[in-house]
Amino acid sequence: MTIQRDRRAPGLAVTDPGRSAGQSLLRQIVGVRELGIVLVIAVAATLLAFTTPAFLTSQNLSAVAIGLVTDALIAIAMTKVLISGGFDLSVGSVLALAGMVVADLLHRGLSPLVAIPVTLVVASVVGLVNGLLIAKVKVNPLITTLGMMSITSSLTLVISGGYPVSNLPADFLFLGQGSLWGVPLAVLLVVGLVAVADVLLRRARWLRLIYYVGGNERAALLSGIPVDVVRIAIYVFCSVMAGFAGIIATSRLGSAFPLAGRGAEMRVISACVIGGSSLQGGEGTVLGSLLGVLLMAIINNGLVLLNVSINWQGIVSGAILIAAVTFDMLNRRNRS
Amino acid sequence: MNAFLQMQAISKAFPGVQALRQVSFDLRRGEVHALVGENGAGKSTLMKILSGVYRPDAGQILIEGQPVTIQIPRDAQRHGISIVHQELNLFSNLTVAENVFGGRMPARGPLAFEDRQAAARQAQRLLDRFGVAISPQTIIRSLSLAQQQVVEISKALIQEARVLILDEPTSSLTEHEAAALFEVVQQLRRDGLCIVYISHRLEEVFRIADRVTILRDGQLVGTEAVAETSIPAVIRMMVGRQLADLYGQRAGQPQAVVLTVEALTSPGHFAEVSFQLRAGEIVGMAGLVGAGRTEVGLALFGALPVSGGRVQLRGAGRQIRSPDEAMRWGLAYLSEDRRNDALFFNMGVRENISVSHLARLSRLGLIDRRRERQATQFHIEQLKIATPSTEQKVANLSGGNQQKVILARWLAIEPKVLIVDEPTRGIDVGAKTEIYALLHHLAAQGVAILLISSEMPEILGLSDRILVMHEGRLAGELTRAEATEERILTLAAGRSAIPAG
Ligand SMILES: Nc1ncnc2c1ncn2[C@@H]1O[C@H](COP(=O)(O)OP(=O)(O)OP(=O)(O)O)[C@@H](O)[C@H]1O
Ligand SMILES: [Mg+2]
Repeated sequence: MTIQRDRRAPGLAVTDPGRSAGQSLLRQIVGVRELGIVLVIAVAATLLAFTTPAFLTSQNLSAVAIGLVTDALIAIAMTKVLISGGFDLSVGSVLALAGMVVADLLHRGLSPLVAIPVTLVVASVVGLVNGLLIAKVKVNPLITTLGMMSITSSLTLVISGGYPVSNLPADFLFLGQGSLWGVPLAVLLVVGLVAVADVLLRRARWLRLIYYVGGNERAALLSGIPVDVVRIAIYVFCSVMAGFAGIIATSRLGSAFPLAGRGAEMRVISACVIGGSSLQGGEGTVLGSLLGVLLMAIINNGLVLLNVSINWQGIVSGAILIAAVTFDMLNRRNRS
Repeated sequence: MNAFLQMQAISKAFPGVQALRQVSFDLRRGEVHALVGENGAGKSTLMKILSGVYRPDAGQILIEGQPVTIQIPRDAQRHGISIVHQELNLFSNLTVAENVFGGRMPARGPLAFEDRQAAARQAQRLLDRFGVAISPQTIIRSLSLAQQQVVEISKALIQEARVLILDEPTSSLTEHEAAALFEVVQQLRRDGLCIVYISHRLEEVFRIADRVTILRDGQLVGTEAVAETSIPAVIRMMVGRQLADLYGQRAGQPQAVVLTVEALTSPGHFAEVSFQLRAGEIVGMAGLVGAGRTEVGLALFGALPVSGGRVQLRGAGRQIRSPDEAMRWGLAYLSEDRRNDALFFNMGVRENISVSHLARLSRLGLIDRRRERQATQFHIEQLKIATPSTEQKVANLSGGNQQKVILARWLAIEPKVLIVDEPTRGIDVGAKTEIYALLHHLAAQGVAILLISSEMPEILGLSDRILVMHEGRLAGELTRAEATEERILTLAAGRSAIPAG
C-alpha cells in the first residue's frame, strides 16, 4: 500500500509527460481523429468479414477501391476548400461536364494527350468563376456553387443532348480500366495523389496559407497573405480535380453519362467532415478525408453484400455523418 | 469588517500549467478590490472560477459564511456575480440594446412581446452614465473597440449584481471614457456592491481601489490596503524584484527620413494627413478614440483604401495596395485589436509567429519544420513568452502573452518602419518595460517607429515627437520638450494649442 502511494510523483495528476511523449510520435503521423476512423473502419471490416464471405474476396475489395476513386480525387480538393472556410457544391456537375467534354473531344478525333488537358482547362474555368465571385464579389460560397452546379449540369445536357456517349478509343480506356502489377491503375493513381497531397498540405508553404485564411481571414490579410489569390486558387484546383475525376469515370465506364456524379458533392463533403474537416474552416487533413471516403464506401458495400435495399443507403450514411459531427462537438466541449 | 465573499485555497491546473496554487481571496461589501499581477499570474483564471466558467480543482467559495457551489455561469449569476471578461463577448450583428439585455429583453402585454422602447430607454440610461454618444439601436459591428467595451460593461450592470468583476475594463478605453467608468464604479460602491478590478494600470488601481491583492505565478503574494502601500511596493510584489526606469533610455540619434506622408486622405476616416518618420526615431500619435489614428496606420499598411495623397518610402514614391506589398517595402503594423485582426485562435504559438515570414522558413516551397520550431523557440525566449511549448494554442495563453506572440510575428520580418497600435494593451508592468526597451533597441538600430497610443504616460515617456490627431486631421505636432499632457489633450480636443511660455 505505502509503496504504491510513494510511487506517485506529486506532479503526475497535472501533467503526464511520460504518456504524452510516448503518444506524440504516433499523433504526429496520424492525428487522433484519423486513428479513431481507422478503428471504426477496422471494426466495420471485421464485422463484414465474419457476416458475408463475399466481402474479403479480392474481386470485391478491388471493386470497392475502384468505386471510391472519383470521390477520393474530389475529397483531396474539397478538404482544402473546407479548410479555407469555403464550400463547393458544383463538384458533381463538373465531374459530369468534364466526362462529357472529354468524350466529345475524343469523338472529334483528338488524341487523349490533347483531349485530357483541354478538358481540365474547361473545368478550371468553372472554378475560376466560382473563385472570382466568392473572393472578389464576396458572394456566399453556398449560393455561388449552387448556381454553378445548376449551370454546369445543364450545360452537360446541352452538349450531350441528354444521351450517353460511348465508343471511346482504347488508349483512353486504359486510364480507367488498365492495371499495373495486378492493381487497377486508377487506384494506384489515387493512392499516390493522396500521399503527395497529404504531405504537401502538412508541409507546403502555400498550402499552410489555406489554414490561416480559414482560421481568421482578416488576420490573414493583415499578416500579408494574398487572401483573394488563395481563395481563387482553391476553387480552381477543386474544379480541376472534379474534372479529372470525370475523365477517370468516363474512361472506367467506357462511356460518358450526362447524369454522372449526382450526389457526389454531399457524399464527399460528408466524408471530409467525418474525417475531421470543420465547416467553420481552419481544420482538416487529406488523410482524414480519404479515411472518411473509405468508411462510407465500405459501409455502402456492406449494405449491398448484406442485401439491404439500396434505398437504405442514404439513411445509414446520414446517420454516420451526424454521429461523427456530434461526437466531435461533445469531444470539443469536454476539452474546453 | 468581515467578508461578504471568500474564496479559500483555490487551486486550478491546465495541461502543462499550474494556473493557481492555494489562492485565497475575499471581498467586503462596498469595496473596490483590485487584483494585480504579471501576465499569466492567474488573475483571469481566479475570476473565471468565481463566475463559473472554470471549476476549481480544490478549494471552496463562501458567501456570507455559507459554502456555495458554483459549477456553471448560471450558478454565479444566481448569486449575483456578474463579470466583464477581458475579451469582448458581444453579438456583432445585433444592436446595442439587444446585447445589453441578452435573452432578458423587457416584455409588455399579455403575450409578453419584447418591449423595444423600454429596452432602448433603459439601455440609454446606462450608456449615458459613461458620457458616450452611443445609440441603443446601433449595430455592434459599427462601434469602435472602446464603445464596445462600454456596451460590455453596461451588459453586466443591467443584471442585479452584488459582485461585479471587471477584467481589464480600461485596456481599450481612453482617459475620458475611463474617467467616466471610475465615476460609475464609485457610485456602485456607494450602493454597496463588491467590485473586483483587474488592471495593469497601477495608477488606476491606486485611484479607485480600497484594497489590492497581488498574484505571482499562480500564488498569492499578499493583500494590502491601498492607503498603506505604494505603487513601487506593489510592483515589487508583482515581479519579485526592483524595476529600473519604466520608460528606459535610448542610444543614438534620429537619422535620415525613411517615410514621408503627404496629404494622405481616406474618405470618411481621415484627411490631409502629412508627416515624416526618421530612422531611429519614435514618433507618438495621440488623440481621442475615433480620431482616425488606427485608420492612418491601416492605410499606410495597405489595409484601407486611400483616395489621395502620396507616400514616400526610403526615397521613392510608393503605392501600397495591400499588406503583402507593405511588408515587402519593410513596413509592419501591430494591430490594436488582437482578437479580430491578429490572432489565429485555433493554431499554436508556432504558426501564429511564423505566418509573417514563412518564405524564409521554407526551402523549395516546403516549410522546414525544424527551422520553424527553432525560430519559434528563439522568439519565445527573446520576448519571454510564457507558454509550455511552441505548440500551445494561442487561445490558451494569457492576454499579455498573446500580445507578445504578435509582436514576435512582426519583429521576425525585421521591419524598417514599425507601426505599433496600442502595443502594451493588456500587458503587465514588467512586460511593458521589456517592450519599451525593445522599442528603444529597435530605434537605436535604425527602425522608424510610429507609436499610436491612448496611454498618455507611454506617449510622453517614449516619443521624440508627438503628432496629435483630432477628428481625422492632424491637429498639431509637439517636440519632446514642448509636450505636456495638458497640451496634448488640448490639441486632441480640437482647441488650438496654448502658446508656449
Ligand atoms: N483554457 C486554458 N488552457 C490552458 N492554459 C490556460 C487556460 N487558461 C489560462 N491558462 C494558463 O493559465 C495561466 C494563467 O492565465 P490567466 O489568463 O489567468 O492569466 P492573467 O493573470 O489573467 O494574465 P493577463 O494579465 O495576461 O490577462 C497562464 O499561464 C495561461 O497560459
Ligand atoms: Mg487576464
